[in-house]
Amino acid sequence: MTITVPDSSQKHQRREHALMLALVSPALLVILALIVLPVGWLAWQSIYHDGFTLENYRRVFTEDIYWRSFALTFEISLAVTVIALLLGYPVAYLANAVPKGWSILILSLVVLPFWTSVLVRAYAWLALLQRTGVINQFLRYLDVISEPLALVHNTFGTVVATVHILLPFMVLPLYATMQKIPGDLMQAGASLGASPSLTFFRVFLPLSLPGVLAGCTMVFVLCLGFYITPELLGGGRTVMVSMLVSRNVELYNQFGAASAVAVVLLLSVLLIFFAVSRFISLDRVLGQK
Amino acid sequence: MTTTRNFGLGFAVLGAIGFTTAADAAEQITFVSQGGAYQAAQTVAILDPSAKKLGITINQDSIPDAWPAIKTQVGSGKPIWDVVDTPTGNCLRGGEQGLIEKLDFSKIPNGAAMPEAYRSPYSVSYEFYSSVLSYSQKTFPKDAPNSWADFWDVKKFPGRRALRNHPFATLEAALMADGVAPDKLYPLDVDRAFKKLEEIKPHITVWWTSGAQSAQLLNDGEVDMEMAWNGRVSAVAKEGAKVSFTYNQGVLQSTSLCILKGAPNLETAVKFLNEAVDPVHQANLPLNIDYGPGNPKAFETGVIKPERAAQLPSEPANAAKQALMSYAWWSSPAGEAAEKRWASFMQK
Repeated sequence: MTITVPDSSQKHQRREHALMLALVSPALLVILALIVLPVGWLAWQSIYHDGFTLENYRRVFTEDIYWRSFALTFEISLAVTVIALLLGYPVAYLANAVPKGWSILILSLVVLPFWTSVLVRAYAWLALLQRTGVINQFLRYLDVISEPLALVHNTFGTVVATVHILLPFMVLPLYATMQKIPGDLMQAGASLGASPSLTFFRVFLPLSLPGVLAGCTMVFVLCLGFYITPELLGGGRTVMVSMLVSRNVELYNQFGAASAVAVVLLLSVLLIFFAVSRFISLDRVLGQK
Repeated sequence: MTTTRNFGLGFAVLGAIGFTTAADAAEQITFVSQGGAYQAAQTVAILDPSAKKLGITINQDSIPDAWPAIKTQVGSGKPIWDVVDTPTGNCLRGGEQGLIEKLDFSKIPNGAAMPEAYRSPYSVSYEFYSSVLSYSQKTFPKDAPNSWADFWDVKKFPGRRALRNHPFATLEAALMADGVAPDKLYPLDVDRAFKKLEEIKPHITVWWTSGAQSAQLLNDGEVDMEMAWNGRVSAVAKEGAKVSFTYNQGVLQSTSLCILKGAPNLETAVKFLNEAVDPVHQANLPLNIDYGPGNPKAFETGVIKPERAAQLPSEPANAAKQALMSYAWWSSPAGEAAEKRWASFMQK
């Protein structure tokens, strides 16, 4: 009797695994057909065009417009990540500190913009930031400025709108991590005579670092591929890598020229994930645990 | 987040799976244009009447930039589209690269009757639009800028400016600002054009990428003058904004009809192509939208009233004030090199 129990449970487990596999297989097939195959096809195009060629990569690595775009993209992503962290941390902290009802309200406000299209939000920022926009008109009404400020059609406007769009990706992992920090630890710190700020910096902040890293990675990586906000708010001068991808299709009349740029970007993202995974489990970055 | 990438992937899948259309007994074609109000206007003026007259079914599709799709569809060996309405340059370079069918003009009498400048071995002009100098009437109630030299003159005409983030028409405008006559532009002196553009670059607030964006800039007063497509400016003016434009030194551009190489319904496609440039159908187009007919004979049909004709970019008197874009030059190696140079000009 004692032997058959693990046997049947093993069999049961195997059957369950098979069932699970059957259940996810449509999704896997869709991913394979719609993502893996086309991406592979595009990558192939970047090295094969009437014979093997590294021409597309030579261009990416030698012409300085690519270098400028990659540098600008990383600069913008870094700026967006830092600003999102500075804005997002207090929000997540507050949501974690207040009673349940309030935290639900705060998180809903964070997530609410998700339901509005990125395009609409970009246009909303245009209405706020442009020369005749709300902010400039208000400042002129107050007589703070005499000439309208150039708040949009440049990198500044791009960063502002991108931060707004990516902020939830910072707040949610931070909140998830903070939720798991036992409140007793703060009380313990206080009972030992530490000031609230000392407990925060010595206990809470270090414990929330995995969330910081997770949020920063998400925001940074997503920002690397941003297209709509720099296109609409960058005034044509803010050329991020994703825009090079689209422009290369037009310019070189073949997908290879564009996919080489995409492949280099993809590899940089994988490199970042790899580097981050050495410090923290990827499951955590992707918000599973 | 990356619309363009998704777009590319979509077509990659079409290519990978090898899309096929259901072969139907009734004659039909798939016609592709650029969507929006423009395609709606064609449907009323040209597509529905043509379908009725020929007794065929016209399936419509739309895409903002047909070029990548033409490449992928023909490359896959099984195109699903027959006729595309696309900027003339796409038809020309497509023809040279074996992606577009060579036309037999003996089967296209309406096209054969059009002046040489309005057709190519691969295409016939379908409609005209113009890249014009537009301006805010609030900023310039009188003495408005009237030439590209004025646009470049930041002292005499102070104000914020926008240009299209594309070399087409922009290089032509720069050369006209530098004193080149509209009919002496081609082959473009690319070095001279870029040198002139460097001059105005610090004064350009926005380099716009879409027609909608150019309209919004003008409508919101974000810029005081810009290069824009005539139809966009008149649409903004119709909504009540104080804006206007001049056809003087405009750059007359066209889209053309061409047929994909190996199109599934080639014979019907040729028949449709001939019908679509019929002078009367063509004359009906500007009654529905602010674009000029591709077939100049449309102006002789009496369908377009003289007041209306005077507003259209391809009306003979208006056309005379403008430069006619040479798509042959733009699809030549020199033109392609200039297009590539644009990217580094923008990022410098």
